[in-house]
Amino acid sequence: MATAERARNRVDTRDFLSVDGQLNDEELMIRDNVRTFVSAELLPRVPEWYELGTLDPAVARELGKLGLLGMHLTGYGCAGSSAVAYGVTCLELEAGDSGLRSLVSVQGSLAMFAIWRYGSDEQKNEWLPRMARGEAIGCFGLTESDAGSDPAAMRTVARRDGSDWVLDGTKMWITNGSIAEVAIVWARANEGVHGFVVPTDTPGFSANEVKGKLSLRASVTSELVLDGCRLPADALLPQAQGLGAPLSCLNEARYGIVWGAIGAARSCFESALEYSLGREAFDKPIAAYQLTQAKLAQMVVEVSRGHLLALQLGRLKDAGQIRPEQVSLGKLANVNAALGVAREARTVLGANGITLEYPVMRHANNLESVLTYEGTAEIHKLVVGNAVTGIAAFR
Amino acid sequence: MKSVVCVKRVPDTEARIRIGDDGRSVDPSGVKFILNPYDEFAVEAALKHKEAGEGEVVVLSVGSAESVDVLRTSLALGADEALLLTTTQSAEGLAVAEAIAAELKERKFDLILFGMKAIDDDLQAVGAMVAELLDLPSATVVTEFSVEDGKVTAHREIEGGTEVVEVPLPCVLTITKGAYEPRYASLKGIMAAKRKPLTEKEAHLGLSHTIESALEYPPERQAGRIVGEGSDAVPELVRLLREEANVI
Repeated sequence: MATAERARNRVDTRDFLSVDGQLNDEELMIRDNVRTFVSAELLPRVPEWYELGTLDPAVARELGKLGLLGMHLTGYGCAGSSAVAYGVTCLELEAGDSGLRSLVSVQGSLAMFAIWRYGSDEQKNEWLPRMARGEAIGCFGLTESDAGSDPAAMRTVARRDGSDWVLDGTKMWITNGSIAEVAIVWARANEGVHGFVVPTDTPGFSANEVKGKLSLRASVTSELVLDGCRLPADALLPQAQGLGAPLSCLNEARYGIVWGAIGAARSCFESALEYSLGREAFDKPIAAYQLTQAKLAQMVVEVSRGHLLALQLGRLKDAGQIRPEQVSLGKLANVNAALGVAREARTVLGANGITLEYPVMRHANNLESVLTYEGTAEIHKLVVGNAVTGIAAFR
Repeated sequence: MKSVVCVKRVPDTEARIRIGDDGRSVDPSGVKFILNPYDEFAVEAALKHKEAGEGEVVVLSVGSAESVDVLRTSLALGADEALLLTTTQSAEGLAVAEAIAAELKERKFDLILFGMKAIDDDLQAVGAMVAELLDLPSATVVTEFSVEDGKVTAHREIEGGTEVVEVPLPCVLTITKGAYEPRYASLKGIMAAKRKPLTEKEAHLGLSHTIESALEYPPERQAGRIVGEGSDAVPELVRLLREEANVI
């Protein structure tokens, strides 16, 4: 069969289950807009960023111009979109690269959300409009080198000195840390954990970029050092009481990952499909072999199922009914599925699969980070296990 | 300044086109439709000129009810109002031009913009026809224009150069790729689009004299060929690129 005729006989490989029919016109328009932007403006630059281990911070302004930073928040220059619209955006961004989605997740769901949900009016007015435009990049400092899954073990302390606060400690694995204008820092005080809005030019604050990453290379990751970092009383996030506050922020970001992982998986599947149709072995395309088709079919299963799962969580979130263990299930399932798709896609591409010319190895490596950040797969299993048994295995 | 931009819904440039059972139309199932790329230039031009001063941008389309999509897209980009002249039948360029002219005759516009052509039928005629029917001056294949003292100064793309023409307002311009790089819609623009006025009314199409009788697929791409080796092959390669491929 001729190539062109074969192509005409194929179904829409991007939407095997006709999930698009479940999205409304506005969600589709937002999706198509981000998809076009990613493929035309960002994808041509991503491999170079990945190779250099960096990301042009100016991309934040481009994303801000499109209104994607804090898009699901209301007021203060934010668009107030639905959770599903935010989800399809995360999917398309991560089809580009997990680093792009991470930038948007950290900006919108962690840093901006923390200020929007727990901040004072002054803090919101000062930071949110600039952050929405991408003029100020934010980061979120909760994790420490010895306190990841168990944030209660944090050693960063906040002590009062007159009306001021003084922060001491070190935060680790902080996305956007070295390019941020503002850091949301969580620290232990006598009465419990507090959140602080810390301008990164505050004396005593410094950020050191983590070098030598083999994953999420198109993303800036840093260590934050707080050395007698003195802040005025109004730097405190007044509404944040205890660890529940930062954990609620993480839950927001995780929701985006449920969608984003499927974007990375879809990109790997499409790359494998296209390659398998063009590459010939023993006088026919490798797509014509049953073993390859079995791989492609399994990829379609994983991408389609994950997409539906994400959409269901989105609809629950928009209805205000989503529960944290449901988000845990989504992150656990979709990141694992995406990793499986990426690894399988790699085998379809053979040696080409390990190069930057194709997106597959880049996604596969990124997803190794996505697997453990914003709650490890193990922790999410424990959360789901807790939910179904009523027994908390980690306390 | 008040502008109207006439836009068309066309198959995506990346769509896999199938010919329908009647052998003379495109089977729309599974095909994604988009705002005609040349019309994007025209919309961008109208928005740029609106932003430079006062004004209003109306987008107009003739087509099936599905054409609402491309009007919403235009509203999301920043147009103020949309008008769909609905029809269920396919029509030739002149018939469409007559429907547009009949509508625009009733309204006052300074500028009537079109994309240079639609990428589906490549007709390149409706803009000039509307100008003729409304007895307005026009400039086609415009890459950039300015408006001052009641007249438009337009740069036209011609073979190997640029022609600058002056046209009094009101006038019709057809826009091509040039100074007007289409913007991305902002999220707020998309969300605002559904609250902007979009009117649908029946199109008064003229009579069609030409009928599309058949569509055919393009020939399969032929395999490449080696024209020679080393520097000796260069003259022949250049000749072929110039005379056969028409790319230099």
